[in-house]
Amino acid sequence: MKRKILPLALLAGAALVSLAVQAKVPTSLKSVDVTLPESTRALPDGPGVDLVHDNCLACHSAGMILAQPTMPKAAWEAEVNKMRNVFKAPIDAKNVPAIVDYLTAVKGPK
Amino acid sequence: MQNQAFISKALTRRRLLGQAGIAGLTALAAPAWAQTMVTLPLPGGPGERSVTTGFPQKGAMILQRTRPPLLETPFEVFDKGVFTPNDRFFVRWHWSVIPTSIDVDSFRLNVHGHVNQTLSLTLKDILALPRVELAAVNQCSGNSRGFFQPRVPGGEWGNGAMGNARWTGVRLKDVLDRAGVKPGAVQVRLKGLDTPPVPDGPDFMKSLAVDHARDGEVMIAYAMNGEQLPLLNGFPLRIIVPGWYATYWVKMLSDIEVLDSPDTNFWMKTAYTIPDTPHADMKPGQADVKMIPINRLNPRSFITNITSGTTIPAGKPAPVHGIAFGGDSGVKRVDFSADGGKTWHATHLGKDEGKYSLRRWETRFTPTAKGNYTLMVRCTNNSGEAQPAQANWNPAGFMRNIIESTPVSVA
Repeated sequence: MKRKILPLALLAGAALVSLAVQAKVPTSLKSVDVTLPESTRALPDGPGVDLVHDNCLACHSAGMILAQPTMPKAAWEAEVNKMRNVFKAPIDAKNVPAIVDYLTAVKGPK
Repeated sequence: MQNQAFISKALTRRRLLGQAGIAGLTALAAPAWAQTMVTLPLPGGPGERSVTTGFPQKGAMILQRTRPPLLETPFEVFDKGVFTPNDRFFVRWHWSVIPTSIDVDSFRLNVHGHVNQTLSLTLKDILALPRVELAAVNQCSGNSRGFFQPRVPGGEWGNGAMGNARWTGVRLKDVLDRAGVKPGAVQVRLKGLDTPPVPDGPDFMKSLAVDHARDGEVMIAYAMNGEQLPLLNGFPLRIIVPGWYATYWVKMLSDIEVLDSPDTNFWMKTAYTIPDTPHADMKPGQADVKMIPINRLNPRSFITNITSGTTIPAGKPAPVHGIAFGGDSGVKRVDFSADGGKTWHATHLGKDEGKYSLRRWETRFTPTAKGNYTLMVRCTNNSGEAQPAQANWNPAGFMRNIIESTPVSVA
């Protein structure tokens, strides 16, 4: 007897769940067209700031740099090399030292 | 159709410009959409962040980065319920080229690779498949990275790079079965519509073992909390990998490739790897650590109704409550301590929404003596894993789940 009741109860439960879902969840999707905001944050002035503008901000806004913790020069060097070698940021090798110096000046130990 | 899209875009722009003009009169320095500031208590700083309402389909969010968007859920949202509203759900993108317009009639999900039959599915095809639903926590691998000491570079999140939703969609298994996975398949690689802005940048792709992809729980979701997904949370389709970190939950899913050899792409082999050690813990600078792809969520719990530095009246029972999740095995228990972890007692657990969901817990704390107290909360999951007393460390800032401490004073 119990065996017969249990599946029925389960079925009823499943029906309730699926009804609840059908009542809430869309049965079709609507096209979406949005606009993403532009960043308004500026990098502080300093030697090399133009290089950072030209080489870093194509992939990410300035806020990414400004939110980073204080890191020593070696860590900034590793970051710039990671962006260049791994994420393929088109940074000319000759510009790497100046970019690292700027980042260390802005976000390095004081 | 195209004309309509153009007009609606032009109107949106004009409206935005109009708002900027009005706001510009009152606050010249601040952007129109940066409303207030918050300070995340990140050791060594900087913790100041804007709270923005400037992103489409999103409410007030902590602005971690504008492009590509990183938006954090303000922590007070988690006090309001175990399901995170879609417009407050955190956002994280790797590459900045994100389609801002999705046409539901022309969108296709392609399935190819080591299959009997390649598929190009419309959204109608997908919605016609059997519908499934489950509640699951979606947490960024780097949630709470900003609390790592020593600090590590990356998205400097507080604790709000997580959310919980009721996801509705179809089983990845059902889609794979329609294509017919060939013998010898080892992984299923998932890719979305986002692309790098640089020519050689590695496309963001994540892979799951074939058996995992076909476990009947991994889902292609088209709705969260009963509504279609916000674009920034992956509209129109997102992979749901219950109990696993959000890196696998590929957004704007457009491409499924069945592989007959292990995926060695950058985002699997190099990025999102963790030390193969308890709690993914290692020492800064430690060499020869075996690294493996990040995988299961670990358990966490938080107090949501009392913040650090709160004053609580002595001699009165103070209600304490919050949220917990058990990772991939559900919350077994949540214990509370008011003495910095010396003694613990079990809290009362709220409604069970399923083993992958956030779960509410609550208790009471009646301090008799005045002074300083450290409130702590500790989740143990159904696999027996409890949150650790010591913080883990790894160079990417992944999988933080230390027992949280909330210092309060009793007066």
